[in-house]
Amino acid sequence: MIARWFHRRGWSDMVIGLPYLWLLIFFLIPFLIVVGMSFATRTSTAPPFGFGGENPLINLTGYARLFTDTLYIRAFVTSLTNAAGAMVLCLLIGYPMALGLTRVDRGWRNILLMLVILPFWTSFLLRVYAWMGLMGSNSWFNKLLTGAWNWLVPQAWDVANVPLMHTNFAVVLVMVYTYLPFMILPLYANLERLDPTLDEAAMDLGSRPFAVFRDVTLPQSIPGIIAGGMLVFIPAAGELVIPTLVGDSSAPMIGRVISDEFSSARDWPMASAVAVALLILMVGPMMIYARFDARAQARERAE
Amino acid sequence: MKRSNTFLLTMLGFGFAFFYVPILSMIVYSFNASRLATVWGGFSTKWYGTLLSNAQVGKALTLSLEIAIISSTTATILGTMAGIALARFTKFRGRTLFSGLVTAPLIMPEVITGISSLIFFILMAQYVGWPSSRGFTTVTLAHITFSMVFVTTIVQSRMLSADRAIEEAAMDLGARPWQVLRDVTLPVIAPAILSGWLLAFTISMDDVVITNFTTGPGTTTLPILIWSKVKLGVTPDINALATLIVLTVGLCVLAAGVMMNRAERRAERDRRLAYRANE
Repeated sequence: MIARWFHRRGWSDMVIGLPYLWLLIFFLIPFLIVVGMSFATRTSTAPPFGFGGENPLINLTGYARLFTDTLYIRAFVTSLTNAAGAMVLCLLIGYPMALGLTRVDRGWRNILLMLVILPFWTSFLLRVYAWMGLMGSNSWFNKLLTGAWNWLVPQAWDVANVPLMHTNFAVVLVMVYTYLPFMILPLYANLERLDPTLDEAAMDLGSRPFAVFRDVTLPQSIPGIIAGGMLVFIPAAGELVIPTLVGDSSAPMIGRVISDEFSSARDWPMASAVAVALLILMVGPMMIYARFDARAQARERAE
Repeated sequence: MKRSNTFLLTMLGFGFAFFYVPILSMIVYSFNASRLATVWGGFSTKWYGTLLSNAQVGKALTLSLEIAIISSTTATILGTMAGIALARFTKFRGRTLFSGLVTAPLIMPEVITGISSLIFFILMAQYVGWPSSRGFTTVTLAHITFSMVFVTTIVQSRMLSADRAIEEAAMDLGARPWQVLRDVTLPVIAPAILSGWLLAFTISMDDVVITNFTTGPGTTTLPILIWSKVKLGVTPDINALATLIVLTVGLCVLAAGVMMNRAERRAERDRRLAYRANE
């Protein structure tokens, strides 16, 4: 009986149904709860929220506070500027690296690609930690930077050490460090597929190398730039670990605000409202990414 | 052309230095005799000794491995199913929602996945009674959920690039759907399933944010143990632990990479030989 059911439609129902049900229960429902929670009222009961009864059914104070309380406005601005800074720096460092990878010969290229992917598999937390060791005021790296600074600037500007830890700059630097592979890999995939004869044709027609790059290579790599950029920007904007460890705690990023609202302030509705707002801000970048990613995959399949 | 290549190669060199100097520095300082983690005070292996005698670390590692093995295996089964479903069934009710559910966790900021899972588990404990408290079960459930979609992505793209004609041939020869799945589809996508499992395993072993939200007292995974320590600053014993982890993972990935590279080259050679034999 069961065997016959399997022979017919059964297995396809199961293949679709089981993962579908799992994601509905453990992903969609929790997410909808958060959306609902953002309209609830904070109470002193356990769990600390209320709907209806003596509380309003739809409470918009959380959302109103997002626009009036400077804490939230500043956190959003800090998050978006840090993420944008990390994205631009990743592009400036990652683009030449990805282009360089297409110019080395096959044998070396595989080794170097593996070296780009390798940090990806090692612990994210430990890569952040490695920078904590470098940025501290007593570290060799900080002493090197301090020496370079004091040598470069007039004596009046001399410093005992360069303040790196617990600054927004540290957050951006470590984000660039941890997310750089996300930029290099899609860019490399894009650049590798470009037709080298186009470069040669431009060269034969008398273009200088930089002009070839600007007029031929760069315009063709825009899908890679956008895919890589979004892959850096989206996780960077919601980052929690990096700002907690190396960031300036007086200017928290949005991830930190959500987490603090939830656990220290025990204000579930407010935490949820901030989370929903972050998600709404991310919808634009996500849709841009999805469109370019789908286009890239369709092209890959067509080839 | 030459000059631009020099610039690009210099950037590559600079980039790789940027990637590896912090890790190398951390490894060097794990052999630092000084108690001050960032000031060099001579060579010593004492922090490795401290580490090995620390029972907490061993317990956390075992727990992390247990959670990672259970969650990555379940995630691989569910994720493979979803990948097959999305690649082979182009029309079924709710397909749009399904493909949305499979992509959303990939791009959802971890903090949001974290607090939504936490609120969900708290409410479940209150109103359903299962899972009754936060700990091993809730962490494992959360890990399965966010790692299965990575498996789906890998399996789905392998399915889409695989030749459907083989499956159709098997079907024409009278194989039943599940026989096609077992004897044709699964062997073809086996490498994708394996890399999906490895990815899910790594993600689970490495996760801090979602675990931090869904765990309870007494359930301390290795990343959570490290997290609670590094929040207080850089210490030499964490340098030693980090060195051991980075070297273990690094060697495993390098070995896997070399093996895959070699297998690819062998396949390439076989293809060429077969081609020549047919001429």
